[in-house]
Amino acid sequence: MTDPTPLLRVRELNAWYGEGHALHGIDLDVHEGETVTLLGRNGVGKTTTLRAIMGIIRKRTGSVSFAGRNMMQVPLHRTAHAGMGFVPEERGIFASLSVDENLHLPPVVAKGGMSVKEIYRLFPNLEERRHSPGTKLSGGEQQMLAIARILRTGARLLLLDEPTEGLAPVIVQRIGEVLVTLKKRGMTILLVEQNFRFASKVADRFYVIDHGRVIDDFDAGQLPDRMGRLHEALGV
Amino acid sequence: MARVMTQSLLPRQRAALNAETLLIGLAVLGLIAAPLYFYPVFLMKVLCFALFACAFNLLLGYTGILSFGHAAFFGGAAYFTAHAVKEWGLSPELGILVGVAGAAALGLVIGFLAIRRTGIYSTMITLALAQMFFFFCLQAPFTHGEDGIQGVPRGHLFGLIDLSEPLNMYFFVLAVFLLGLFAIWRIINSPFGMILKSIRENESRAISLGYTVSRYKLAAFVMSAALAGLAGGLKALVFQFATLTDVSWQMSGEVVLMTLLGGIGTLVGPVVGAALVTTLGNYFATSQIPVTLITGGIFMLCVLVFRRGIIGELYASRLGKWLSGERRS
Amino acid sequence: MIFDIPIQAFLGQLLIGLINGSFYAMLSLGLAIIFGLLRVINFAHGAQYMMGAFAGYLLLATFGIGYWPALILAPLIVGLASAVIERLMLSRLYNLDHLYGLLFTFGLALVIEGTFRYYYGSSGQPYAVPSALAGGYNLGFMFLPKYRGWVVLASLLVCLGTWLLIEKTKLGSYLRAATENPTLVRAFGINVPLLLTFTYGLGAGLAGLAGILAAPVYQVSPLMGSNLIIVVFAVVVVGGMGSILGAVITGYLLGLLEGLTKVFYPEASNIVIFVVMAIVLLIRPAGLMGKEA
Repeated sequence: MTDPTPLLRVRELNAWYGEGHALHGIDLDVHEGETVTLLGRNGVGKTTTLRAIMGIIRKRTGSVSFAGRNMMQVPLHRTAHAGMGFVPEERGIFASLSVDENLHLPPVVAKGGMSVKEIYRLFPNLEERRHSPGTKLSGGEQQMLAIARILRTGARLLLLDEPTEGLAPVIVQRIGEVLVTLKKRGMTILLVEQNFRFASKVADRFYVIDHGRVIDDFDAGQLPDRMGRLHEALGV
Repeated sequence: MARVMTQSLLPRQRAALNAETLLIGLAVLGLIAAPLYFYPVFLMKVLCFALFACAFNLLLGYTGILSFGHAAFFGGAAYFTAHAVKEWGLSPELGILVGVAGAAALGLVIGFLAIRRTGIYSTMITLALAQMFFFFCLQAPFTHGEDGIQGVPRGHLFGLIDLSEPLNMYFFVLAVFLLGLFAIWRIINSPFGMILKSIRENESRAISLGYTVSRYKLAAFVMSAALAGLAGGLKALVFQFATLTDVSWQMSGEVVLMTLLGGIGTLVGPVVGAALVTTLGNYFATSQIPVTLITGGIFMLCVLVFRRGIIGELYASRLGKWLSGERRS
Repeated sequence: MIFDIPIQAFLGQLLIGLINGSFYAMLSLGLAIIFGLLRVINFAHGAQYMMGAFAGYLLLATFGIGYWPALILAPLIVGLASAVIERLMLSRLYNLDHLYGLLFTFGLALVIEGTFRYYYGSSGQPYAVPSALAGGYNLGFMFLPKYRGWVVLASLLVCLGTWLLIEKTKLGSYLRAATENPTLVRAFGINVPLLLTFTYGLGAGLAGLAGILAAPVYQVSPLMGSNLIIVVFAVVVVGGMGSILGAVITGYLLGLLEGLTKVFYPEASNIVIFVVMAIVLLIRPAGLMGKEA
């Protein structure tokens, strides 16, 4: 198989929380324009994988290269400038900042990001509430805002942690539409998701994680054949 | 509890315990012989501050509360003892008891307010309340303001022993110091002390185990204040005066330094720290360089590079591991 | 006459209270900014205030630089010097118990004060009121020295300016966000360590500004900040730690209260702020405007 160099290439990634060894050698690739989903049960290390790739967890070994650049020694505040945008599981909307300020907080790191106008066209709710404090938004709106503020920066890779968690089906559908729009624009997405139905609609490829290791990977086309094994692995 | 521990000791640990006991014995012998080589007043000063620092450490090292207001207990007791002995004509031992009781009462009030918050907040509260006490001492008539209480008689211990004799006074101070240290040792090794340590390690777990944490903290606060008062009352008798210096926040800072330098949470660390800081103070008192320049520098150095303090580093070293009987891994 | 107290004395003490309150407000503002982001109780704040006054004094004595340029230069000098100390030393302590930050800055305060005492002795040096602000106004019921009026005005401007910086600027939004979640702000590509250095410099610079403003009112002496800082600690505890607005308002109010106490019960004027602190702790442990922590 002659693979072009992936945008994100992770090899033998180990990570620790204090003394606790959380990741045991994760290998994964995300190609330009691809949407890849990490599947797995609670607490198997999906979020940790994202945080270790981003460099939020500093106690890590192995290699993370992004756009051909070794990211292991890059300080956390330079990671975003390489083109990696992070949307945390808890959304991370700042209570002391207005919606507008939240949106403008992450610095623009590259050309090609959405303008504020485009963003407000994509998320009309946010424009209506641009002056209210960030945490006065509903959960769904907060999730939109968390995604929107990364779109402004021109990041090439979106690290998206459980965007549908705790949200009503209508909102989940809306987020799905947003992701499809982003895919059409050529955005590369690494998604962590428990909601398998949601993930199966947007993802091109899947990795299944268990006990801090990748135990399976397959394309969206292979999905129907894997359902049985997946149900077992995910306990759904 | 101590007996249970001794029974279960491994032979190697028992040997090490003997080594430690031997060292402590030698130290006590050294203190008994010390007046032959040093000025008794200097030694007594060291012992008073050492007891003060150990009392402070009971709170910081074993309960995890940093008080920045311990001067109120130390200096306050000095005033109470001085007043009781000079104006009421009490005997030295009763005078010291008055100081201890006063310090404990102060500790109850300040501690009650301070433990309403945790961590750094409670530190600031102790500091501010002690400063309030400082201003009280500045203005209250019985303290004689800037002059302090001068000419405090040392009197006769139990009506028998003349404490104006320097050596008599020295051995009295030494005895009280050892008694105080023993009390602290008993407290930290008692079941009560174990609970304090568990509060220090993880307060919310101690709460979930069903302990009324605030009551334990307050008890530790009062004990620490009372022992600091013991040191303060003693100091008033040694120097025969009580002044504002001993209730100032600089004094509160100094006892923090002694403990930090010697080793927070070690039994003898504060003693070593107190001896060093007092010696430094004496040395620089006659020089042009303000002593705060030196103590401040040591403070920064301790915080930046050796937070375990002298004794703490020693325990962590190979020699210390051998002394405490820990197996080399 | 109010309760047998001449109106002049009453208003005079109130003015002194307002001036003290102006300094409390500026100092507790800097303290609250530093605490909010760095979680460090800056014990060196009083020493940095003193450095500001000394910077003004030395600029005049050594280079003949007068009050108005010094009003800019002194805070800059203090802020930069403090930023260097943060970068080299204080920044190493952020991962430890917050108590170490307090202990470090306590040591720093001793060193700074000791150094100034070594070179300039403990006695105060006079610093003249700038000629433009000499004299005063006769308000009929009392005499208002121009400089004192200026201090009150300047402190209001400083507090307002700082509030605008934090609430209305991009930099301010970084500060607020980093106070809530520094790791995420860093993951967004903002250099949070640099932001911390800047914030410490800003807080210390505010103390330096208060110092140069104070130089003509009080004498310039190495120990001018050492007792003040503890009163300011009490102000911050009353206002609610980390609440910037709370720190400023409480600063002015407690200054006024102190002035009033001097009129009605002078013996208690030194301790009234601490008494208020104790009462607030009993009723509302988080401080008047603080959130429960």
